Amino acid sequence: MKHIRNSALATLVATTMLASPVLAAGTHPTTGEPLADDQTFTYRVLDEHSSVDPQVVEDVTGAEVVRDLFEGLMNQDEDGNLVPGVATGFTTNDDKTVYTFTLRDNAKWSNGDPVVAGDFVYAWQRAVDPELSSPYAWYMEITSIENAAKIIAGDAPITDLGVKAIDDRTLEITLSAPLPYFATMTTHSTLFPAPRSVIEAHGADWTKPENIVSNGAYVLTEHLPNERSVRERNPMYWDNENTIIDKVVALVINDENVALTRYMAGELDRTEVPAGQFPRLKEEHPEEAISFPRLCNYYYTFNLSNDGPEQFKDVRVRKALAMAVDRKIIVENVLAGGQPEAYSFTPAAVANFEPPASEMASITQAERDAKAKELLAEAGYGPDNPLKFSMIYNTSESHKKIAVAMSQMWKQKLGVEAELGNMEWKVFLETRGNQDFELARGAWCGDYNEASTFLDLLTTPSGYNDGKFSSAEIDSLMTQARTASETSDLYTRVEAIIAQEQPVIPIYHYAGVYMLDSDVGNWPVNNVEQNWYSKNLYKIAE
Amino acid sequence: MLGYSIRRLLAAIPTLLLLIAASFVLIQVAPGGPFTSERPLPPQVLANIEARYGLDQPMWKQFWDYLYNIVFHFDFGPSFKFKDRDVNDIIAQGFPISLTYGFLSFLAATSVGVTLGVAAAIRHNTWIDYFAVSLGIAAQALPNFIMGPILILVFTLYLGWLPGGGWNGGAWPYLIMPVIALSTSYMGSIARITRSSMLEVLNSNYIRTARAKGIPERQIIWKHAMKPTLLPVVSYLGPVFVYVLTGSVFVDIYFSTGGLGQAYVGSALSRDYSVLLGVTILYGGLTVLVNLITDLAYAWFDPKIRY
Repeated sequence: MKHIRNSALATLVATTMLASPVLAAGTHPTTGEPLADDQTFTYRVLDEHSSVDPQVVEDVTGAEVVRDLFEGLMNQDEDGNLVPGVATGFTTNDDKTVYTFTLRDNAKWSNGDPVVAGDFVYAWQRAVDPELSSPYAWYMEITSIENAAKIIAGDAPITDLGVKAIDDRTLEITLSAPLPYFATMTTHSTLFPAPRSVIEAHGADWTKPENIVSNGAYVLTEHLPNERSVRERNPMYWDNENTIIDKVVALVINDENVALTRYMAGELDRTEVPAGQFPRLKEEHPEEAISFPRLCNYYYTFNLSNDGPEQFKDVRVRKALAMAVDRKIIVENVLAGGQPEAYSFTPAAVANFEPPASEMASITQAERDAKAKELLAEAGYGPDNPLKFSMIYNTSESHKKIAVAMSQMWKQKLGVEAELGNMEWKVFLETRGNQDFELARGAWCGDYNEASTFLDLLTTPSGYNDGKFSSAEIDSLMTQARTASETSDLYTRVEAIIAQEQPVIPIYHYAGVYMLDSDVGNWPVNNVEQNWYSKNLYKIAE
Repeated sequence: MLGYSIRRLLAAIPTLLLLIAASFVLIQVAPGGPFTSERPLPPQVLANIEARYGLDQPMWKQFWDYLYNIVFHFDFGPSFKFKDRDVNDIIAQGFPISLTYGFLSFLAATSVGVTLGVAAAIRHNTWIDYFAVSLGIAAQALPNFIMGPILILVFTLYLGWLPGGGWNGGAWPYLIMPVIALSTSYMGSIARITRSSMLEVLNSNYIRTARAKGIPERQIIWKHAMKPTLLPVVSYLGPVFVYVLTGSVFVDIYFSTGGLGQAYVGSALSRDYSVLLGVTILYGGLTVLVNLITDLAYAWFDPKIRY
């Protein structure tokens, strides 16, 4: 299915076709690059997506598909900035508790129906409905939309949700607390609209390709679970004439090495680079091997709960272990994918976040090692009385390599005896969640581009705080940050406390390490959340 | 024989019930549940989900409801992980794929394996024998998780002859590598079993008698030696048939075929109870059925066996 953008371009295309068949598809309207005839983008996914229902989807793979199929009030651009989606804009009251969005009048569903404010009201009520029991209902709670928590608990009807369609073009949202970044949260799939008539007609089967109706730049045309899903241009999309990619194919390839082989054979436009292979690929294919920071961290957490080991209650022991980890060796020799070393819990790539000038980050590794020895001796551990503990991680080749490297560093530098244990994923989660460990691997990817998505993890009430670290000061700073207009300083102070107390050992921050075909134009490497939209990509003629 | 078959099928019912009950208990005993995740769900959200899937009910009630839905509605329940699909859907989509490449691999392994084995036995201690034996050992020794990536490397990347994976409705270019990868090691085993069985048969008294009577060698082999030779092969083939269908997870992983093997292993890892149970029942039923067919085949191959 080829679509000509406008008549002028059509004429241009027609004439160039006569002159030179190579330029048949024309050139990019802004960059002027020649466009390929075949505008199909094919990429690898690790696993089958959980769902393409915007209110139900819970995995990254599914969210990528949903972001193409549906469009929310606002979108992100290549740099992660907020740009209009179905809404042309919004206004808010002074204390940021009431948001009013104006919807564009030409937004349509793929069956031709207009997208109206009521579609958002329906979708959002659906997201909190205990009957749908969405695993992402928690997201509705953190948006602070009035009564969300009550409805999820079954204590209020879904119609009590603080979202109203004033008319077809006006959506009014009432929050229970001021939230300066609410509009940013509307780029997340849970807050996308849903087609009521289709869902009511087909029930759980509404997301099947033969039934689905969506309002994004693409429609789902094929789905072979564990094999592929295909989405094609939606001619009803309001901005269809500016969309260049015609077809997007997601291939499920579990094995990353096979995926790399198939990429090399030209079957894929994008795939992940297996750990350790980036330097070689970068040398052989400098145009295609790319690495850029991601909003994820990788750390080890001490069990500081009452059941935790006595030795970790001493901050000197925690600091000594954190200091003796040579992060440079881990990122350069084990991972080798351009990952940044981590000395703070929050990645430096997070917007509006300034890591504190901690002691550990500013000295050399040799100085850190000396300091670590000193601290451990002070804490009473030495050759006659070596520190012993166990550390756990979930089964994976690269987690194992990192754990082995860390335990060797500790053994050589400090004489520490760390016993390694790997566990299958669900067993690992259960063990860590029950505080049945001494030192455990952890990793977290931000839900939004704001430091609180990381730092909330180390607050006392957080359900994700498996190490059960508790600091009254951090709790109060984080509560303050929720409503403060200027948060950067608060987050830096929280990180300074973390550096001082060392409840976790940050190891590295993730990087997106991809092989991306050089004919793919406009991949948003600067969007740290990697919220990409196929409608913004294009294929360059080779 | 009909009476025997009916008796066997009736006996399968308690076997399957026991299998379902054991699987039902075992998967729930395994640490972690379908909704255990890195981001633990808030208690209220988790409670809503558990209520929706009936996981808040006592275990006996869950078990009863599960059986009831299977027997009266042939409904194996919704998938806990793939929220848009139910177990019937997943099996209906994945099983025909596994069955297709599994059956083709079975045919390939059997035909090539038996041919190699017979050729090796007839030309005992000649280069044909040595060649067939080395090939059989090599095929058996090469693990399929190494074979898969190597095939893709050679046929997709270096030669560019075949697509590196996918299913595409079972079009033949997509079938070749999965079938080679899946059949090779079984082919090796079948060749070795056939060879030694054939050698034994050819050394038996009645074959010697037949030779003494001057019956042509070709007739001796095809008419007199073949059937008894195949008896041990057939007892090996029964389980192989189930294996090529169940043990095909590596094919699904390396060749992205979308078969049931991947869904099965994936469901165990994600604690997708209903999918895991559904596929276990399917494979259990299949095992019972194939065992019966194997036993019936014995009777055809060996006149001493009668039911």
